[in-house]
Amino acid sequence: MSMRGVGSAMSMREHLIAGGLVLLAGAASALARDPAAETPRLGRPAAPEIVSRLDLTVASDGTGLPPGSGSVVEGRATYTAHCVACHGAAGSGGVADRLTGGIDTLASAKPVKTVASYWPYAPTLFDYIRRAMPLTAPQSLDDRQVYGLVAYLLSIDGIVSADARLDATNLPKIAMPNRSGFVSLEGERFDGNLERGKTPH
Amino acid sequence: MPDTPDQHQEPVAGGGLLHRRALLVAGALSAGGLATGLKAATGARSPATMLKPGAPLSGVGERAPSAGTIQRIVPSLPFPGTGSSRTPLQLLEGTITPNGLHFERHHNGIPDVAPATHELLIHGLVRQPLLFRYEDLLRYPRESRILFLECSGNSGTIGADTPVQGSAGQLNGLLSCAEWTGVRLSTLLDEAGIAPQARWVQAEGADSAGMTRSVPLSICLDDAMIALFQNGEPLRPEQGFPMRLLLPGIEGNASVKWLRRLKVMAAPAFSRDETSKYSDILADGRAELFSLRMGVKSVILAPSFGLDLKCAGFREISGLTWSGRGRIRKVEVSADGGASWAEAALTGPVLPKALTRFRMAWRWDGGPVTLMSRATDETGAVQPPRSEWLAKYGPGQTYHANAIQSWHVDARGRVSHVYA
Repeated sequence: MSMRGVGSAMSMREHLIAGGLVLLAGAASALARDPAAETPRLGRPAAPEIVSRLDLTVASDGTGLPPGSGSVVEGRATYTAHCVACHGAAGSGGVADRLTGGIDTLASAKPVKTVASYWPYAPTLFDYIRRAMPLTAPQSLDDRQVYGLVAYLLSIDGIVSADARLDATNLPKIAMPNRSGFVSLEGERFDGNLERGKTPH
Repeated sequence: MPDTPDQHQEPVAGGGLLHRRALLVAGALSAGGLATGLKAATGARSPATMLKPGAPLSGVGERAPSAGTIQRIVPSLPFPGTGSSRTPLQLLEGTITPNGLHFERHHNGIPDVAPATHELLIHGLVRQPLLFRYEDLLRYPRESRILFLECSGNSGTIGADTPVQGSAGQLNGLLSCAEWTGVRLSTLLDEAGIAPQARWVQAEGADSAGMTRSVPLSICLDDAMIALFQNGEPLRPEQGFPMRLLLPGIEGNASVKWLRRLKVMAAPAFSRDETSKYSDILADGRAELFSLRMGVKSVILAPSFGLDLKCAGFREISGLTWSGRGRIRKVEVSADGGASWAEAALTGPVLPKALTRFRMAWRWDGGPVTLMSRATDETGAVQPPRSEWLAKYGPGQTYHANAIQSWHVDARGRVSHVYA
């Protein structure tokens, strides 16, 4: 397309197409990845309601937590009905992962990694239970039951009080015991394995 | 005067390690011997297979039944779909893993995903959220790469107090290598339009674990792929059919299978499988997050546990080597417990982030020996001794175990796993 053409007799449709091409070219050069590559561009726009229906993510800061709430008492009942068979009484002693106890053991000769002793954030506990538990029927619990389970599990080690009720506002504010126990290798340093930089023999 | 075997079998290190030219000469000599033996044993001019027509054509070929059973190593687990099966590395040759033997790691079974209705959503910090169907992705430009996948928990038993006696596959078989074909991830991310504040991409699978992992955007824009084909055929269900993320050199779990959603984010989600799992507990009780790249590593497969030596004399030591950072520069082998080392031959092509086969000529004198291998990659990283690896991590650490592994051969030829 010549510049003369752009300036003179373009239809509205041509203007739109030309604008799109400029946008595309700008994106490609900013990202510096093979701007010459031709692709069919077959992605179909996803409407906000579709995105919000499919987006299961609850991030560490609580983004994505749904409305509703659940209490320790409600959570104990849900735990007894759906969780105790695999995870044991009060989150310990079952065939599946231990969930409770173990606080202050991580630097010992026998570290015990549980939700209470190891997890850095509380909202991601909601994320995991809602998407993946119970193992035999994932996503079968409603949001109120999941909030309750989080409250109950955290109450066993005193991370929340026995009368706690959790929701999207107070769940992200919970201080998990091992919050500062992680060294993130993200960003420039994500490639941080042991033998990096060793002098070859 | 004709060459004798001894002239070609020049020692290069202790324990009977020989110059690489011995590989070729000894191979020719043993082939001649074999032919003589066969003729004497059968007494017939032709084997029976030459005297009648063979079996008919078939739609799908199978391994020769008389080649023995070669299967993935499947453990007995309380939840059968939650765990891993391992590639029987010691029974295979070359570097490419047959699709049916590629290791598996599932967190709640293999989903039956219908390609006609499956969609991939890209959303979050993008200009325009987009949905892609499987048939859409089939129309995009494709690329193929030979790449290893290794589970972060591979070889994790090397931290045990006493050496676990198991085959090379049992100990190290959360490792496979295939030619993967698919669409470059950056192509699709660019189509959605990446916002300036984007730094991470969270991937989610359509399995009943809803597996999620956060990956730095830099990796996604470098060499990441959405894989659709594995060794020439559509992905196997247990490898993520119809589509999976494929992150070269990165711990296997992050190459999310049955990929259904990519959320572009400013920070990691810090989901369960990137905090409470797949994090590396250090000696001081803290833990490393996002230790995504697999370290430089090698393992000897022949000989190895379960493949005992039946007689003294010439044979080949061989094994696999790889690094998540690129190509392997060299592998050194020791047959005297690490006192002396010699450089092994690498069977080309030596590809980045792929398995490479190494070979070392060896004359076993029939006495006890300890075999070790040590890899160096193109960045200069060297596979660490077990003591050095252990010193960094806390008790019970099983991820990113890339320490040197040792096999002991006793005077009867029995091979056992030892710490040396």
